[in-house]
Amino acid sequence: MSDFQFYTKLDQTILLGKKANNIPELLDGIRSVPDSCIYYHTHRFLQQHHYLSPEPPNDFAYWVTQVLNDDVLGEQLSSVDIIQFQSIAELRSRFVSLIHAHITTVEKGGDCPRGEEFHFVACRTFALPTPYIARTLAEFKDALERVSVNALYYHIFDAKLRLERGENDFSKWFNGIGKPDLAEEVRNLDPYSHTLEGLRKRIIVMVSRHDTN
Amino acid sequence: MIRIESYAPVVGEATIEELYLLAKHVHGKVIQNINSTAVGGGVAEILTRMIPLLKQLGVDARWDIIRGNEKFFVTTKKFHNGLHGVPVEISDEEYESFLEVNRENADEIGFGDIVFVHDPQPIALIEKRKDFGRNWIWRCHIDFSRPDPRIWKFLEQFIVMYDAAVFSAPAFARNLPIPQVLISPSIDPLSAKNVELPEETINGVFERFGIDRSRPVITQISRFDYLKDPLGVIKAYKIAKKRVDMQLVLAGSGATDDPEGPVIMHQVKEEADKDKDIFVLFLPPASDVEINALQRGSTVILQKSLKEGFGLTVSEALWKAKPTIAGAVGGIPLQITHKHSGILTHSIEGTAYWIKQLVNEPDYARKLGVNGREHIKNNFLITRHIKDYLLLFISLFHKDDMVYL
Repeated sequence: MSDFQFYTKLDQTILLGKKANNIPELLDGIRSVPDSCIYYHTHRFLQQHHYLSPEPPNDFAYWVTQVLNDDVLGEQLSSVDIIQFQSIAELRSRFVSLIHAHITTVEKGGDCPRGEEFHFVACRTFALPTPYIARTLAEFKDALERVSVNALYYHIFDAKLRLERGENDFSKWFNGIGKPDLAEEVRNLDPYSHTLEGLRKRIIVMVSRHDTN
Repeated sequence: MIRIESYAPVVGEATIEELYLLAKHVHGKVIQNINSTAVGGGVAEILTRMIPLLKQLGVDARWDIIRGNEKFFVTTKKFHNGLHGVPVEISDEEYESFLEVNRENADEIGFGDIVFVHDPQPIALIEKRKDFGRNWIWRCHIDFSRPDPRIWKFLEQFIVMYDAAVFSAPAFARNLPIPQVLISPSIDPLSAKNVELPEETINGVFERFGIDRSRPVITQISRFDYLKDPLGVIKAYKIAKKRVDMQLVLAGSGATDDPEGPVIMHQVKEEADKDKDIFVLFLPPASDVEINALQRGSTVILQKSLKEGFGLTVSEALWKAKPTIAGAVGGIPLQITHKHSGILTHSIEGTAYWIKQLVNEPDYARKLGVNGREHIKNNFLITRHIKDYLLLFISLFHKDDMVYL
């Protein structure tokens, strides 16, 4: 198994110039925007508010609840358990089916106040290698203490859902160095219910427990 | 000169390391910023701070200023007002003269590898692209949500010739055939307006203005113009004061381009004269320490704007971990997530309600302030701004959504 190269990632925010005034327009947008836009709106709070726990919901749920005052749909959208999805396409389809069902069974509701439209935004991600490379669990733990939360974010969130690698990069490497139990423990974490610093600490504790050398 | 490393204790070593990693990817390229003024205004302020920091990262960042005559600046002032929704008349001759000044400047300027043009004044330099090539970016620093259609049409013909356009808030994006990038403005945590202050300095400023720090203080720092709604602030204070003891501070510069400014100022003064707990402070331009102290010493900060380009005073207040109540307009919702990192309101009554809540519930108010500071630390400090600019330059040479550098 090769060494573990820690990458970090930095995002550029792209304005799509597309907006929604009401729930049908939100649905239309969610259906047509690029994957990176769905990813942005379901992960922005995690990155921008990564110190908050429990963190605010995804952008769609936040807008529907706070601006359109539709608590029912807002709750449904905020309850989408992102960790169960393996791709953005699956995640998108879940939002589409929830909103579509809501529109067909409940009255459509009105437009948002002027100036509070939902603006669709996407992201471009730039991944770059950091100077941190681990050959052993001890080195891994040491590096994980030093890298930025962006690196943690890349290997846990981007790797699984956006890059569709099936699982997070850490578990994959732990398996490769003969630590399947550690891999399983990290795989079973719900990263969406931790702050990023909290997640970092949890993983460091797990690694320390398995580092018997 | 402030060293880039001085920001490490604020944002962490890893963030500074990432800036160095990114900057390597633009080494060898000349990044040429072009605007129309060396001093005064937000663009000059940010370039003054950012260029030295970019240079320390090894980036060959430069800054040129276009020259223009009085007629040119009268026309560009009309552009500015028209883009903000003020009715203006611009003649064909003024448009032509605007282009002429741009062409004269274009003949004199030597262009870098990446030409980074700020605001409408130098926008037509892009006409030179056909002769020189290069990579071109246009950065719009002003509110572009509802531009005057004729001015927009004039500017659009140039904007579409750029490789990318940059806006400060999602609402400013237009339907354009070129990539549009969101880059919010930022505050500098090491500037006089934002740096930590000793308690004696804060007390000294409050004593100088006769404000009692042992009682709750609600403060809005803003120009005295209609769009900042100082009269709405006074009304909200009066409603809240029926239930909770407090003082109100309205502090800002008296000078304003707003034609209604003097009327508003007169009304504000009238209201203040009737209530000894309202303090109206007209601060001269170099009052950064006073503003810093007033923000730090207040119980709650207000920014009850009716319209706002970005509203960086919100970031300033949150950076000081102050519970902040602000109008949900312009770039303010980017800075405050309602009930998580501050409070967003839409009315005088709503503002009064939340003033009472935050004064009466200091634990909750403190939590909002702490969250707000974290949010600003992660998203609205100058280091994030530098990261966004570096990504912008690098992005000109890559087209995919996921780029491995």
